[in-house]
Amino acid sequence: MRNPQLNTHGELQHLLTLDGLPRDILTAILDTAAPFTEVAEREVKKLPLMRGKSVFNLFFENSTRTRTTFEIAAKRLSADVVNLNINTSSAAKGESLLDTVDNLCAMQADMFVVRHAASGAPMLIAQHLQQTGRDHIRVINAGDGRHAHPTQGLLDMYTIRHFKRDFTNLTVAIVGDVLHSRVARSQIAALTTLGVPEVRVIGPKTLLPTEVEKLGVRVFHDMSEGLKGVDVVMMLRLQNERMTGALLPTPQEYYKIWGLTADKLALAKPDAIVMHPGPMNRGVEIDSAVADGAQAVILPQVTFGIAVRMAVMSMLGSH
Amino acid sequence: MNILICNGRVIDPANRSDTVQDIHVGGGKILALGRAPDGFKAERTIDASGLVVAPGFIDLAARLREPGFEYRATLESEMEAAMAGGVTSLAIPPDTDPALDEPGLVEMLTYRAKKLNRAHIYPVGALTIGLKGERLSEMAELVEAGCVAFSQANVPIIDNTVLMRALQYAATFDYRVWLQPIAPFLGRGGNAHDGEVATRMGLAGIPVATETIALYTYLELAKITGARLHITRLSSAAGLALIKQARADGMDVSCDVSINHVHLSDMDIGYFNPNCHLIPPLRSQRDREALSKGLAEGSINALCSDHTPVDDDGKQAPFSEAEPGATGLELLLPLTLKWAEREGVSLMDALARITSDAARIVGITKAGHLSPGARADICVFDPAEHVTITRENLKSQGKNTPFLGLDLPGKVRYTLVEGQVMFDG
Repeated sequence: MRNPQLNTHGELQHLLTLDGLPRDILTAILDTAAPFTEVAEREVKKLPLMRGKSVFNLFFENSTRTRTTFEIAAKRLSADVVNLNINTSSAAKGESLLDTVDNLCAMQADMFVVRHAASGAPMLIAQHLQQTGRDHIRVINAGDGRHAHPTQGLLDMYTIRHFKRDFTNLTVAIVGDVLHSRVARSQIAALTTLGVPEVRVIGPKTLLPTEVEKLGVRVFHDMSEGLKGVDVVMMLRLQNERMTGALLPTPQEYYKIWGLTADKLALAKPDAIVMHPGPMNRGVEIDSAVADGAQAVILPQVTFGIAVRMAVMSMLGSH
Repeated sequence: MNILICNGRVIDPANRSDTVQDIHVGGGKILALGRAPDGFKAERTIDASGLVVAPGFIDLAARLREPGFEYRATLESEMEAAMAGGVTSLAIPPDTDPALDEPGLVEMLTYRAKKLNRAHIYPVGALTIGLKGERLSEMAELVEAGCVAFSQANVPIIDNTVLMRALQYAATFDYRVWLQPIAPFLGRGGNAHDGEVATRMGLAGIPVATETIALYTYLELAKITGARLHITRLSSAAGLALIKQARADGMDVSCDVSINHVHLSDMDIGYFNPNCHLIPPLRSQRDREALSKGLAEGSINALCSDHTPVDDDGKQAPFSEAEPGATGLELLLPLTLKWAEREGVSLMDALARITSDAARIVGITKAGHLSPGARADICVFDPAEHVTITRENLKSQGKNTPFLGLDLPGKVRYTLVEGQVMFDG
């Protein structure tokens, strides 16, 4: 079975997941992103790399910030961008996913940026394009179900590399709702591939998936133990609907035990950085003092996110 | 029509017989083995040299999709698939639309099947009206209409009082109850085995406990009620261990497994292959091995296709949104042979799992064996010739199987139903 995101030469054809992606490709994307961070500082923030190309932002799930950063990235590369927000509920199914894709292909799309609530949806699209002889069209996964959010994972790696330089001597803790998080899965895949010797996950048992340790992480339930001596703290967002019910009793209890406060952060290395994929729930998973504190690199993450997405788009668009 | 099947290797697991001999067929029945009966004149002779002659296969679960799901498959298409697969008796699960909960529906289905004159069908009636787990179906009436057992297909009964009453009522008449071990709610919304693969792929998990908890409940209620229980589609090593334990405690309970679950594990989902979206889910490698071994040692009584044709629209969707199920009638023999080869099981014991052993579970006495006087349902196949599973080769309207593209042993040459050649490949 060929990895559907690589072509027969082992080159990146689509970006669907970081799980199983070779280290040199990950590094190449980060290296490509570096010069793009400077573009934002110029008076004219545009490069002609994707002039004449059509990028379709195909969002089956609501998102403002991810869609916006993809849109900015594509526009800075001079691509034409079409945004499609397709609200689907399983109750009222209209056109099938692949019918939608076929229709957009007929409008001469060159690249799809896909967000979907079902794990594997972008992979299905990529496989469909290949089977129907349209593999010149690229697919970028902008988040699928609980499966992957590869550009978020990459921008997180870019941020870590920016502040810490070397991956091979780091201890990284991922805190919170790993069970439902596509971000966490992409982070774990990238961190382990890039040679981080210790990746930890911290959270209650209800929010850690079965056999998560087999992904190569150390499992902690206690914040103080899990944060001890870490270089990087990666917080995860806790969705509102999961704060009360059978997963967690109340957001208050969650905050008390797993919320990142200055006291808890003091257990990490003094120069530890704090990351969050956004949007944050202040007072639930993170205290404002930490979110706005000196160790937080949450806003640089957003800035780097555009550069990383430009890198991915230009690499896929230039094949 | 009198038919002579000559020089074949006749394997009849029910009679523990494996000999090269002739079979004489006439009047829809098996007349004699070996020497021709007096005055027998064959109107057709089938040369079975180098081929195996076995009882036609009995499948414990074949969804023909009628009534209600004709866009996925029809009786016509699936009967052709059965014939091409050498399957001559089909137990039909009740999860049609409407469910098989009314004698009229069962009569209509039986009538349609008879008119097509292909495989014999054995409807399994709905245990409760609409499979809703609230009101009992008219079991006695349904049996009169042709039902051989009662089941909930893969819709669990939520209220254990209803389940107990249903088992009691069935036990009143000594009817068989076939239950699939699925605990209500636990694993709700899940679509893959709760383990490393689902975690990696971000698929919602269905824990093994959903099977074991249901088994504890079913076994306990069967003990209280004295119901004749058959457990369908085991998926886990832990589930099998519970059944073995119940037997050791003196309970009489049978069970089956699908061809998919003795060959595949959750690893085979690969890159979200929707053809691997099945109920129950494909579980771990360790579970698969336990099921495969259990079937070999006979602690799992029978192997079935769990034939579930799904149309392309239903499968061409992200894994969790794709309709579960796989087509299987034409894969039953090849995958039985492949399993036997892997486990070192003799051809006789392997065929027993899809003939005589399955016949006992359904309660079929006049088929599933090759004794003189038996219904002449026969499959003649070449165990050495391989077939490639492709969309084009499959007669079933459902092209959905995880085995697409694979080369498997076992080519069906002839299928006879009641002494008539219904398939000649």
